Amino acid sequence: MKIVQIDKDKWETGFQKLTEKYRLFGPVKEYDFHNFKELDQGQVPDLTCLNTRLSPKSIIYPQTEVMFEYSLDENRDDHHILKEANKTYPPQAVIGIRPCDAKAFALVRLNFDTPAYKDPYWLKAYEATTLVGLACDAPCRSCFCTTAGCGPYHEEELDLLLIESGDQYYAKVITDKGEAFLEAAGWNHKLDEKTALKEIEARKQAAEDKICARVKTDNLRGSETNALYNAPFWEAVSFACINCGTCTYVCPTCWCFDIQDENYGSCGHRMRNWDSCMYPLFTAHGSGHNPRATKLHRVRQRFMHKLKYYVDKYDTGIQCVGCGRCVRLCPVNIDIRRVCELMNNHDSLKDTCAV
Amino acid sequence: MLGYIDKIKEISARLLEECQVEMVIGFRKGTVPMMNEPHFAKSPAEVENFVWDSNCGINLCNYLTNRSEKIGILAKGCDSRNIVTHIIENKIKRDQLVIIGVPCKGMLDKRKISAMFDGEIDEVIEDANNITVKGDGFEKTLNKTDVLQQNCSICIHRNPVIHDELAGDPVEEQTDVDRYADVREIEALSPEEKTQYFEKLLEPCIRCYACRNACPLCYCPTCFTDESRPQWVAKGQDPTDVRTFHFLRAYHCAGRCTDCGACERSCPVGINMRVLTKKLEKDCLELFEWEAGLNPDVRPPLDTYKPSDPDAFIK
Repeated sequence: MKIVQIDKDKWETGFQKLTEKYRLFGPVKEYDFHNFKELDQGQVPDLTCLNTRLSPKSIIYPQTEVMFEYSLDENRDDHHILKEANKTYPPQAVIGIRPCDAKAFALVRLNFDTPAYKDPYWLKAYEATTLVGLACDAPCRSCFCTTAGCGPYHEEELDLLLIESGDQYYAKVITDKGEAFLEAAGWNHKLDEKTALKEIEARKQAAEDKICARVKTDNLRGSETNALYNAPFWEAVSFACINCGTCTYVCPTCWCFDIQDENYGSCGHRMRNWDSCMYPLFTAHGSGHNPRATKLHRVRQRFMHKLKYYVDKYDTGIQCVGCGRCVRLCPVNIDIRRVCELMNNHDSLKDTCAV
Repeated sequence: MLGYIDKIKEISARLLEECQVEMVIGFRKGTVPMMNEPHFAKSPAEVENFVWDSNCGINLCNYLTNRSEKIGILAKGCDSRNIVTHIIENKIKRDQLVIIGVPCKGMLDKRKISAMFDGEIDEVIEDANNITVKGDGFEKTLNKTDVLQQNCSICIHRNPVIHDELAGDPVEEQTDVDRYADVREIEALSPEEKTQYFEKLLEPCIRCYACRNACPLCYCPTCFTDESRPQWVAKGQDPTDVRTFHFLRAYHCAGRCTDCGACERSCPVGINMRVLTKKLEKDCLELFEWEAGLNPDVRPPLDTYKPSDPDAFIK
C-alpha cells in the first residue's frame, strides 16, 4: 500500500505533465451542471462537483460508436466488404470519478467480458483507461451506495483513490496503473502509511454515516421470480412512467445497445447506439409483435432485470451502485428505492391467498 | 394553492364512492425535493395519498391517451387545454371524464431553484407566497413568483378552461405579460446567428425522448423517430439527426401546443426546447388568431381550410 500526498498547488503542474501521456477526462461545469469532458491542455477538472449529471460510462462505452465501415463504390477493390473501423485506444485517465461510477464498470464487465464473448470495443477502451477516483465526503441525499454493494470510499475498479484533506489530496495507490499515473504526474511525496490510513479510515466512516438513503435487498434472491413478476404493484409502479430513456441513459450500469447501418451515398458505416428497455422499439419484432407491448411490461422489465434476474444470474448483488441519478432525474419521480422496497417486501403467499 | 387539497380529496372520494369514475388521476408526494409523482386512486381510501402544491407541474393529460374507462382528473389551466385538444383529436371522450379543475398560480422551476445554490437542496417548504429552501449550510426564503417555471410566469390561462368540479376559487388571470419576448429575440438574429443559437441549444441532448414522451400531444403509435421504413431520421448522436428530431417534433405540435412546459420540465439536461414550439404558437396566433385548447367545438386551423386563411407566404 502506498499513499502519496498531492498539494493542491502542485495540481496544475502535474496535469501539464499528464497530458503528455494521457487523454484526460474530468468533471467540467457546462450549462448549470457538471459532466465528464475531455480536458483541454492546461484545464483541470472541477472536483467540487457532487457528481456529474450523466455517468462517465460514455468514456468507455460511447452513446454512438462506429464499429465497421464499408464502400459500395465498385471501382474500389474492397467494395461491399464490411471492414473494422480504424480506431486507436491511446492511454486515457478519468480523474474525479466517484466510487459508485467506477464500481459500475465491474457490473458492466459481466456483460461485455464473458468466457464466450468479449466485446473488443469496450475491453480495449477499458484497458486503456486509468480510473482515478474521488472519495465522496458529501454524498447526496438520494445516494444509497452503501446498501447497493458500494460506498463513498469504495475502491473496486479504481486504480487510484483521491481523498481530499484541506489543501491537499491523499492518493491511495490501488493498482500498477495508478502507480504509473502518479509517476507520470510527478507526484511522489510518500506519506507514512499508518497515519494517513488512520485519517482516511476516519473520513470514510464519517462519509458512510452521511448516507441517509438505504435499500433492502436481502429477500430478492430468495423470492420466487414468477411471484414478483405477477405482483400486484406493477400497475401503480409503472403508472407515472412516460417511457423515456432518461433512467437508462443516465445509469452507469445500463449496457444495452442497438446496431444501425448508416449510408452516405456510396459509403457508410455500422454503428451501435445506446438503447433503452423503456422504448417500445427495444423488443418490437419484425412481425410487428411486441412481447413488451405496454409500459407496465417495460417498467417491470427494468426493475426485474436490475433487482431480480441479474441478482439470480450473477449472485453478486443488484445491478445498481446506488448513484441516485435515476432518482434525481426521472421526470415523473419513479424511485428505484421505493420499488426495491416493494419487491424486497413482497410476500407472494399473500397474493396466492388473496386469489 | 396549498388549500386545495382538502377539496380535491373530498371531490375525488365522492366521485369514486358514487362510482362516477373508476379512477382519479392526481399526484402523490414525491421522494425528492420539488417533485411529486403522478398517481391514481381507485378507491376513496387511496385518495388520502393525494397531494397538491407548487410541485405538480407534470401535465396529467398525458395519462388520458386512449384510455377506455371513466376517469376523474385534476386539471390545471394547461392540463385542461390539453384535455380539450385530446377531445378534439379523439384521444379521449368528453363523457368519459370528470374534470376537477385546479386554478393555478404557477409551478416551481426545480432547475432554476437548484441552480441558485451550490450544495444539494434537502428540503423546500412552501407557504402561500414563499418557499424556504434548506440545504447543507444554507437556508433561504424566496418569493414563489420569482422562481416559477418560465411558461408559468407568462401563462394567461391559469384557470381551467373546461371543468366539471372546481377545487378552489378561480385565480386572477395575468394580462400584462409579454409571451413572446424570447421568440422575438431569436427572430431578430441573422441566419448564421440562428444556426449557432440552435446548435448551442440542442448540443447537450442525449435523445432520451423525455420531451416527446412527457408531451400530451406526442401520442403517435409509432413516432417518426422510430420508423424504419422509411427511416426519417438516424439514431445516432450526429448533431444533424438530433436537430432534425427536435425541429420535426416541434412542427408536429404546431397549432396544438399549449406551452404547458412539460417538455422543458422533463429534460434531464435542461434544454429549453419550448422556444421551438413557442415560435409556432406565436405564428398561429398572428396568422390565425388561434390559441390551442380553448374550445372543444372549434377545429384547429391546421386541420381546416378557410378561404380567408392568410396566404402571404405564397410569392
